[in-house]
Amino acid sequence: MTEKVGVYVCHCGTNIAKTVDVVEVARWAEDQPNVEVARDNKFMCSSLGQAQIEEDIRERGLTRVVVASCSPHMHEKTFRAACEQAGLNPFLFEMANIREHDSWITEDRAAATLKAKALIKGAIERVVHHQPLEPVPVDINPSTMIVGGGIAGISAALELANAGYHVYLVEREPSIGGHMAQLDKTFPTLDCSACILTPRMVEVGQHPNITLLTWSEVEAVDGYLGNFTVSVRKKARFVDERYCTGCGICIEKCPHKVVDEIFEAGLGNRKVIYRPFPQAVPKYPVIDKEHCVYFLRGKCKACQIFCPTTPNSIDFDQQDEMLKLQVGNIILATGYDLFDSRRIPQYGYGRLANVFTSLEFERLVNAAGPTSGRIVLRDMQTQPNSIGIVHCVGSRDENYHVYCSKVCCMYSLKFAHLVHERIPGAEVYNFYIDMRTPGKGYEEFYHRLLDEETHFIRGKAAEVTDSARLPGEEGKLIIQVEDTLIGKQRRIPVDMVILSPAMEARYDSREVTKLFRMGCDFDGFFIERHPKLDPVATMTEGIYIAGACQGPKDIPDSVAQGAAASARVAGLISRGTVFMEPVRAHIDAEACSGCRICNSMCPYNAIIFHEDEKVSEVITALCQGCGTCVAACPSASITGAHFTNDQILSQIEGILWDVREPLAVPV
Amino acid sequence: MKQYAYFPGCSLEKIALSYHLSAIETTRKLDVELKELDDWNCCGATAYFHVDELLAYTLCARNLAMAERVGLDLVAPCSGCYKNMYFTSAHLQRDPDLAEHVNFALEEDNLHFSGKTAVRHLIEVFVNEVGLDEIKSKVSHPLRDLRVIPYYGCQILRPRKDHENVEEPQFFEGLLSAIGADPVDYPHKLRCCGGSLIITNRLAALSMVRNLLQSAVDCEAAVIATACPMCQVNLECYQQQINQEFGTKFFMPVVYFTQLVGLSFGIPPKRLGIGSELVSATPVLSWIQKSKQEN
Amino acid sequence: MSEQFEPVIVGFLCNWCSYRAADLAGTSRIKYAPNMRAIRVMCSGRVDPQFVLKALREGADGVMIAGCHPGECHYVDGNIKTLRRFSLLKRLLDQWGIEPERVQLVWASASEGNILAAAVDRMTEQVRALGPLRWKETVWGDGYPSGNGHAPELAPAETPAAVEEV
Repeated sequence: MTEKVGVYVCHCGTNIAKTVDVVEVARWAEDQPNVEVARDNKFMCSSLGQAQIEEDIRERGLTRVVVASCSPHMHEKTFRAACEQAGLNPFLFEMANIREHDSWITEDRAAATLKAKALIKGAIERVVHHQPLEPVPVDINPSTMIVGGGIAGISAALELANAGYHVYLVEREPSIGGHMAQLDKTFPTLDCSACILTPRMVEVGQHPNITLLTWSEVEAVDGYLGNFTVSVRKKARFVDERYCTGCGICIEKCPHKVVDEIFEAGLGNRKVIYRPFPQAVPKYPVIDKEHCVYFLRGKCKACQIFCPTTPNSIDFDQQDEMLKLQVGNIILATGYDLFDSRRIPQYGYGRLANVFTSLEFERLVNAAGPTSGRIVLRDMQTQPNSIGIVHCVGSRDENYHVYCSKVCCMYSLKFAHLVHERIPGAEVYNFYIDMRTPGKGYEEFYHRLLDEETHFIRGKAAEVTDSARLPGEEGKLIIQVEDTLIGKQRRIPVDMVILSPAMEARYDSREVTKLFRMGCDFDGFFIERHPKLDPVATMTEGIYIAGACQGPKDIPDSVAQGAAASARVAGLISRGTVFMEPVRAHIDAEACSGCRICNSMCPYNAIIFHEDEKVSEVITALCQGCGTCVAACPSASITGAHFTNDQILSQIEGILWDVREPLAVPV
Repeated sequence: MKQYAYFPGCSLEKIALSYHLSAIETTRKLDVELKELDDWNCCGATAYFHVDELLAYTLCARNLAMAERVGLDLVAPCSGCYKNMYFTSAHLQRDPDLAEHVNFALEEDNLHFSGKTAVRHLIEVFVNEVGLDEIKSKVSHPLRDLRVIPYYGCQILRPRKDHENVEEPQFFEGLLSAIGADPVDYPHKLRCCGGSLIITNRLAALSMVRNLLQSAVDCEAAVIATACPMCQVNLECYQQQINQEFGTKFFMPVVYFTQLVGLSFGIPPKRLGIGSELVSATPVLSWIQKSKQEN
Repeated sequence: MSEQFEPVIVGFLCNWCSYRAADLAGTSRIKYAPNMRAIRVMCSGRVDPQFVLKALREGADGVMIAGCHPGECHYVDGNIKTLRRFSLLKRLLDQWGIEPERVQLVWASASEGNILAAAVDRMTEQVRALGPLRWKETVWGDGYPSGNGHAPELAPAETPAAVEEV
């Protein structure tokens, strides 16, 4: 075929021209087949450069354009826009990277010029096979689903709801609030956590634009940006939300208690019919089917007997409800789990009674907790007089997690402060590697703790043991540590040890990424689109992330991310229709033999198989354009738009222009 | 019959004779043959690697090369020998330059190290190669919940190899359970026994052993089981001196795990070297084979 | 200006990681062998083994496929499929007498410009030491008639007897 290709070789000032003989290259390019015009220019990306392209398209009737300059990641958009301005489809354009890949990596002028020619020839051969492509329009459903009702999810939900958009907030536990609801005070202001959280929770519960689905889990996600169909299982509460007034009599009268492993971190009990905490939103309790005497043995029914509403709010026959919800975007704000301290046996958690984790201590110290805020040992009675707080449990540790968990120094300082406050005269020891206090008011908070005469020992605690060796150690927990500031080993006997374990990704975060078709990193945290410039989007269009599920962070950052994700979603909703890149795969149904090899290749489940016609089809909007199926198809029935076999094979021929025919072989 | 090149090391045929006897007896019962490596030499113990590293590697490599020549994996009952040989093999495999130097010397003896020989601790053979099920099936006189301390000592798991659990290993407990004993949850099971410190800084070592013994008494153990001659000697032989030094009254029998396994297999105690200890183990162990036990 | 053999290596770089790594190497002004000529694909999973063979046939002395580290693929696991294909391709190349160093798979994330540059340098030297590929001689061997560029004549195939319609 004959096309009219315009080739533009950029000097980029001296960036390219110093090493590549751009004038010679342009002259050479003009002699190449299919090339209508070849020019060199000081700065192709300048308005003059772009104007030149537009003029040539109009005046010379160019059908293809090649710009040899910097990386397409810099200016592909710029030049595509220039083509479009002049009426040429933007995908009939190709760039040759002769700067980042050529002039900047070598000082050998001859080699650089030869390579430039090769790259440009490759681009010319390729572009001749380009086809015009149109972006794919997609309508955006204005409803959004937010998965996870912690502080990040709540913030995101309120932002969208207040903007006038409808939100489904799906939460696994019976109440929203997340880990923040378990905390007592928050650093550095020492605000009462529940006091700042519960008004938000109430707002969510009462907001007309928020449909709250607690005690619910997402089971399947189908569709694509703007058009997701999410299957949610609303688990049976065995309480009828239509009639329940939240009076709580059922909870009072329930005769059976179990250990509350989740909210009370195993330190306290709850009834079998329960609300996780008094300020729970929604107010409807939930029956723990596994421990309920009625479900186990058919007896009791105290909750039903004492329920004052008519009709009765207790419904033992209630079934799980399967909901199919249509949403346009999904925000994941699923939060974190705490590192399991039993994985570090040297610290004795689980074996030595008075070793506590941070969440356990939060519950102890919480006025609404199992001890009404009294700091006591595991016997729930004795007050400790000396407490050791061990930083970096499971973080900054090659054996567990290399990363720094960001918040632990701050909450360890907070604990130290709370001990000083509640037990005046207590000796408090913080064992740290570094003191990481980067936020607003954080360093000042550290100084406050110094003033409160906390003992800070710079050394990673080697072990916590109850085996006394020296006088004064009997009956205590001894923390063995190297105090690196004085260069000595120390044994510090204390009554209680608090471990500051790392924030970890949720135990099932990998399953979640498969469900929503995005990715997580080796630690299980969800992967953002760009670590610096796009922390709340994922690689999958329409799925966003916010809060601790993206990485360890404190409450202000979680709120910020929740709001950021909402802003992104709100932007899409307000546009109504978005255009997606047309770089996608397409299956020629005529050629497809139904072997289905491609079906299992697609990481986005974008290829479906039609049983009736026995052919596969790519769902265009789901396809992300990776091309793996294209390479896999044994009959070449799949075309990868803008990366077709013809295009790439031609580019290979072009790029090897100087070695294709065996010339005088240099030895 | 699985064969191993058996490396007794300097202690097994003298001070730790009971370990040697019980090792041979028990492995025979388990269809494992410990063929003593011909012309084996000392492993260098703790001292040599700090005196001349290259020569120390060569010393160990000679044993490995000889095992390679007879085509058998090497088994060492002593944790010190095991550690030295294992890490010699590992370092030589990772450092071709070092291997070249060492092989240059070994050539004199027509030997060559190429890393094909695996190095095992004797307890590994029991726990991993033979397996606990097989051992359990051979038990005719279970130890009836005798409270035994699984004293690993420090060199069997350190330095760490691969990803093994060095903080909370359970294999020794598993072995003791398989022969019917009640393994004690001993907080010092991985603590050093003092090693050769007993020679260079006796008081420091005695103090360390004292802590181990005190903890053993606190845990209400009847006997300590060891897997290393050094540990056994340090724990057993100095109890009188410790009692004198610290005013304690320790009388804790310390035996080798193979002796306990042997007793559970019904092998006569004399053949296992029981009865020759400084701190007599007879009171604690004599009842095991008293009555006929049903399997 | 040396007279030594300059190998030509075709590189298939994935848009998200390795291509950006190469960009970063340039931006950082790292000087490395200019012998690798890059072709951009969206994902290393797009690299059809026939591209590798085409490149070698058309005169390349080596081919480098570069993708994201396993676990970091922009498209979740495209690079794993690359790895699978690459393993099989290596076997094929081995049977054809093509040295394993001529086709290499490299992982480089977008921030690892220096690693990609080092890989290119390393591969360039390895291929330089091997010499030019000489596809015709290596793959065709004696079966290739002297220099006329056509495939050897085969005996005309037996045409199967026409199948009679029943």
